[in-house]
Amino acid sequence: MSGLRILVPVKRVIDYAVKPRVNKAQTGVETNVKHSMNPFDELSIEEAVRLRERKQPVEDILAFSAGPAKAQDILRTAMAMGADRGIHVVEEKVELEPLTVAKLLKKVVEDEKRNLVILGKQSIDDDANQTGQMLAGLLNWPQATQASKVEIDGETCTVTREVDGGVETLKAKLPMIITTDLRLNEPRYASLPNIMKAKKKPLEKKTLADYGLDTNQRLKTVKVTEPPARQGGGKVEDVDGMISKLKELGAL
Amino acid sequence: MSSLAAITAAQKLGGSIHGFVAGSGAKEVAAEAAKVEGLEKVIFVDNGAYDKGLPENFAPLLVENIKKGGYSHVLAGHSAFGKNLMPRVAALLDVQQISDITSVEGEDTFVRPIYAGNAILTVQSSDSPKVVTVRGTAFQSGAAEGGSASTEEGTDPKVESPTEWVSESLTKSDRPELGSAERVVSGGRGLKSKEEFDRLMPPLADALGAAIGASRAAVDSGFADNSLQVGQTGKNVAPQLYLCAGISGAIQHLAGMKDSKVIAAINKDAEAPIFQVADVGLVGDLFDKVPELTEKLQK
Repeated sequence: MSGLRILVPVKRVIDYAVKPRVNKAQTGVETNVKHSMNPFDELSIEEAVRLRERKQPVEDILAFSAGPAKAQDILRTAMAMGADRGIHVVEEKVELEPLTVAKLLKKVVEDEKRNLVILGKQSIDDDANQTGQMLAGLLNWPQATQASKVEIDGETCTVTREVDGGVETLKAKLPMIITTDLRLNEPRYASLPNIMKAKKKPLEKKTLADYGLDTNQRLKTVKVTEPPARQGGGKVEDVDGMISKLKELGAL
Repeated sequence: MSSLAAITAAQKLGGSIHGFVAGSGAKEVAAEAAKVEGLEKVIFVDNGAYDKGLPENFAPLLVENIKKGGYSHVLAGHSAFGKNLMPRVAALLDVQQISDITSVEGEDTFVRPIYAGNAILTVQSSDSPKVVTVRGTAFQSGAAEGGSASTEEGTDPKVESPTEWVSESLTKSDRPELGSAERVVSGGRGLKSKEEFDRLMPPLADALGAAIGASRAAVDSGFADNSLQVGQTGKNVAPQLYLCAGISGAIQHLAGMKDSKVIAAINKDAEAPIFQVADVGLVGDLFDKVPELTEKLQK
């Protein structure tokens, strides 16, 4: 049996705790704020590292990111958490659409002979929840999305996934695509020695053209606006006050 | 439910609408679906291989029928099923999907929330067909009765799924379904334990005929089941009344409930962000206030 050759795509996004603000030109949100690794991608890296720690035959863990030069920091974080090396497709100008990213990942999977891809279920900026499924479709591989438990025995992957109303369990043979849900694990913090070591791990820089792809966008942003603001209706003194206010508002 | 909302969204596009069902006994299901208002035709594929909605065989099945029907738009609910399946379909069709739309602005223009609902994006698609998933709570569900669509057997490419469905474990409940309930009561970290959650929230829900929800903190702490989570990474709800106790109101939680008609909150921290969106706020200890509220509502 051959070992696991894992690919973990990670994305640099606005930190989850920052409240995004729409820019004046209504073309997007202000990006001059703190950025971090997409939280779901941290879970992906953690799961890959845990597979190795569970004595699965992991050949290597490749972290991948496509985006601006600063996405390199996110790849270093992934390597500090335990990824062995990184590939960075540098793209400064446009935010790549999930379909483009999926096509890019397909090439990486083929070039790097991957047999397991673990992605976050969605990135917390565009909230699309598409890339993993698209990649699975393009590769014609089995997919298990929103995983809360992953068990690998030889070539067989058993995945418990979060669905509406509960969980379901699927089984498939490698190669496979898995996307992570929040319950999958608790990502570790990278320790200082590991952060230092990660600086020496190989990080390859590439361009979209290296993979024969361009930044062709299928969707055009017409505008980005603030959501309608809700006005807090003030406070009531006691439970009776709450009930009468709710009646007044027609909610009871 | 999410399928009915998808039909409503489809009606805003103005053309004729076909439904699609596949699985064991799909012919009978199609006959039922034919009564749904707004449908012109229901395509069915009767094959038990599609019962579990596995995307590995369901996606090629849809693609085959989409191509045969020459559709300009393909819509599905942004449910666990739609989220899992539709991007695979979109990739096979080589189109960029538009997820979780809340409004249809035109034949090629759609509105969707991004950044956990902190920004609203309007996008225009140049793809054909346009593959779209629909936020169930953003569109009125049409009537399940009163329509008279024809039914027609679809094509079945009979692609084998490499994925085997093993089992499921669904939370059973007599309460209304969280995603579509008229009223939702929701508990957070402030409930302190599963015992307290189970002691205080169900009676309040029963008094209101409401579904029960929870914040991510409550779910992560094991107070409530995962499937009850309301928020960016859980369910989106937009009930007539969202009544929450012990929830501070993190942006990820607000993303899942801020389109509720009326929001009521009980929290002991007068500065909690939840009070900035609540129509009715009560500052107090939920361990006193929730039982009192439950008792007074029962009268």
